[in-house]
Amino acid sequence: MAVLEIEGDTALVSPVRKRHRLGGLFLAAVAWIVLIGLAAILAGVLPIQSPTDLDMLARREPPSAAHWLGTDQLGRDMLSRLIYGARISLTVGLLAPVIGVSIGACLGMLAGYFRGRLEAFIVGGVDVLLAFPPLVFALAVTAYLGQTVLNITLVIGILGIPAFTRVARAVTLSLSQREFVVAARALGATDSRILVRELLPNVALPLVAFFLLGVAVTIVVEGALSFLGLGVPPPAPSWGSMIGEGRESLDIAPWLAFLPALFMFLSVLSFNIVGDTLRALTDPRPGAL
Amino acid sequence: MSGPGGPRSDEPLLSVQHLTVEYAVGGKTLSAVSDVSLAVGRGETLGLVGESGCGKSTLGRAVLQLNRPTAGKVTFDGTELTKLEGEAMRLMRRRLQLIFQDPIASLNPRRSIGDIVAEPLIISGVKDKAERERRVRDVLSAVGLDPDQVRGRLPHEFSGGQCQRICIARALVLEPELVICDEPVSALDVSIRAQILNLLEDMKRRYGLTLLFIAHDLAVVKAVSDRVAVMYLGRLCEVSPTEQLFAKPAHPYTALLLEAIPLPDPTVKPATNLAVGEPPSPLSPPPGCRFHTRCPKAMDVCRQVDPPMRPLDGGRAVACHLYD
Amino acid sequence: MSGVVSGAVSAPLLSVEGVAVELPTPRGRLRAVDKVDLALAPGRTLGIVGESGCGKTMLSRAILQLLPKRARLEGRVMFGGRDLATLDPESLRRLRGPELAVVFQDPMTSLNPVLTIGTQIIETLQAHLGMDATTAFKRGTELLAAVGIPAPGQRMRQYPHQLSGGMRQRVAIAIALSCEPKLLVADEPTTALDVTVQAQILDLLAREQQRRHMAMILITHDLGVVAGRTDEVAVMYAGRIVERAPTPALFARMRMPYTEALLAAIPKLDSAPHTALPAIPGRPPDPTRPLPGCSFAPRCRYADELCGRAKPALEDPDDAGAPYACWHPISGARTSWSASSP
Repeated sequence: MAVLEIEGDTALVSPVRKRHRLGGLFLAAVAWIVLIGLAAILAGVLPIQSPTDLDMLARREPPSAAHWLGTDQLGRDMLSRLIYGARISLTVGLLAPVIGVSIGACLGMLAGYFRGRLEAFIVGGVDVLLAFPPLVFALAVTAYLGQTVLNITLVIGILGIPAFTRVARAVTLSLSQREFVVAARALGATDSRILVRELLPNVALPLVAFFLLGVAVTIVVEGALSFLGLGVPPPAPSWGSMIGEGRESLDIAPWLAFLPALFMFLSVLSFNIVGDTLRALTDPRPGAL
Repeated sequence: MSGPGGPRSDEPLLSVQHLTVEYAVGGKTLSAVSDVSLAVGRGETLGLVGESGCGKSTLGRAVLQLNRPTAGKVTFDGTELTKLEGEAMRLMRRRLQLIFQDPIASLNPRRSIGDIVAEPLIISGVKDKAERERRVRDVLSAVGLDPDQVRGRLPHEFSGGQCQRICIARALVLEPELVICDEPVSALDVSIRAQILNLLEDMKRRYGLTLLFIAHDLAVVKAVSDRVAVMYLGRLCEVSPTEQLFAKPAHPYTALLLEAIPLPDPTVKPATNLAVGEPPSPLSPPPGCRFHTRCPKAMDVCRQVDPPMRPLDGGRAVACHLYD
Repeated sequence: MSGVVSGAVSAPLLSVEGVAVELPTPRGRLRAVDKVDLALAPGRTLGIVGESGCGKTMLSRAILQLLPKRARLEGRVMFGGRDLATLDPESLRRLRGPELAVVFQDPMTSLNPVLTIGTQIIETLQAHLGMDATTAFKRGTELLAAVGIPAPGQRMRQYPHQLSGGMRQRVAIAIALSCEPKLLVADEPTTALDVTVQAQILDLLAREQQRRHMAMILITHDLGVVAGRTDEVAVMYAGRIVERAPTPALFARMRMPYTEALLAAIPKLDSAPHTALPAIPGRPPDPTRPLPGCSFAPRCRYADELCGRAKPALEDPDDAGAPYACWHPISGARTSWSASSP
């Protein structure tokens, strides 16, 4: 068979480590994520000014030695606000997809492996969730439970479940047809063992790749919610709300909107690049990149 | 009642009686295996031959209860598998193993060879890690692989033939009694095919196995089988000792399968005008003998009456009206 | 080295001259095909036999100019007086169909799953022969009937997944034959099929080939497939042709131990059950690490020190029209096994 022919060529020769061929773009993306992540974690101990200290005498100042990236319309230090904003963006951006991927993966794998009524129930439930208007849902939750980081994370996380469920179910469906799963059943493996030992390692990598894309999307969604005033309430900074506030002075101080937009752009791009590279690596065969 | 072809001496290790496997396909019932009875004696290799869609793989999986049969009994070493449920069946599985056609697809691409071959031991509760390692090493060497070289590697680093060796190692690590080989060499090159067939024969002797060897190619089956069963559209046509089946095929379908084998000899002109076409859809099998639409010797009775399996001399059995 | 075949009376339709194909891989350059010379006269059938990874598929892709983009081709592929390797894409496109056609191993991947059989045949006929829709439909139905498809009118409206593997391969052959090609390349056309269907498809190919006086290259890993159905056989190993001869001569007298081993590995119908097959030990060499000597030497039972050191050239010392590449050719007629029918 054709498959065997390709495999035959590469057999029993140690595969080339794929990491060597990942390229500069991937490394730059990782570097940016690490930089922003460290800054966000260490924001409290970094020698930067408070993100909420007003200085009404130095409003909308361009970058200077005192304020490296200038000040906003209330005279708050932009660099500090961007770094504290990263805290919120990254917290929501990472935690929400974690909720989505953990629940979605479980549901999707169960649906794809057991099929039947369970699958119909899960797919139906996911469809209902998908049909629910996300903005209305976000409005309702924040209106009743309050605009906290936790609530926003929960809202975005739950909204992400359907996508992860579908990916996990699709991958599980195709894997369950493969002979190695039948082989495990023939060996007398229990369903849970097949799910954890045979299927999970194969479902995990596509899900991780999809997770990173989810992070990127979540950062944008959180920004959009904040921009609409549904996000973290002021004075706490978030990239989205900063863009919203900066919008008012686009003509005189464009950097107020552009800087958070640039940070968001670079972060989203970086997560996308890392996610795409990982997805290309999903295939364990050499040369799949 | 014992299966046609019959147990040769004592109780057969595996006996399949009136086995029927049906699926629902788009509102219709597809009868993949209908009323098949067979027996495989201890230490015997039974070849099971037929074209794709004849139900031979379904039969193999129904024996292992991977597809639950609709009707009929499967008895293994005195235990009725068709009656076993859940845990009891799971425990029985270590005595019956399966080898697949596509060796690469039947290995988990993300697990190392050592892990894959140790998996049956873990499932069957061998707790001692050193014991597991010893048995994995033993079986890997037995199938002709160097344990130290292959254990840490992933399946994609191996060729099809080597992957099939790994699959055989996984099937044998628990030292099962019955191994069902489902087209184990169809996906392999001729040169590799011979290696794997020889390996299966070696393993059979070494581990005292009983084999159910499923294939579409009679020439391959001949190399390993003691008896051969021929299936067509879910029914058995003929069960005969290998030598006799090849010397004098009783069923016209067996004769057709024999003629179709390409001989590596240019002086023998390939048979042309072989019984034309392909099997009809198993969703609507023809009435009477299912082979009559392609049979060069079809008579009127063949179109109406399904021939029963009848014994012939020399331990043969055939389902054909020519022997009425 | 000239590639003219003995026994071929007319000028060759296809002549492959010093063709080599190199593919970049993560482990370095892979020389899939290494300096192959071949010739094929109009209306003749050439069998190319070898194991997986021996380069037979890449050679056929080189002939068809269907190599992967990253592949590098050396040498010339002369077809009807033109070097296909130098043709621009548009001229090549016009050759495909009326001159060159191909049948692949897996008809499921070569047929478009979302178009009906009829649409696919009609499109080919319209594109290459400029037929109108009605004529093309009629011609398509005739073609399906010619390749042995029952109820061709109905089949024209069906999709590939509604057909069995054998029927799909017949459709693929019908499409390949639709523009009366001068050369048909059949790349393992029956490997995925049942033995019974294989026999029918091979018969079909042989019949159509004779009827249309079409040249054919039949690629397979099974010497049994080429034995009764080719005029000449080329055996490939590790990217090179190691033996080439008219089919009857090859089977009557093999010179290259690899060919002999390949033949011996086929299960024989006349040997007793449980006879150990003379398998070829080991596996083909890693094509990214060429051996200094004969590539088959590590698996060859006749190999000695010379074979490991120097690569034998493909030569025809007896002028028998049957060149081989071996330092220790098998002499005399084979007696190790005999063929017989059941």
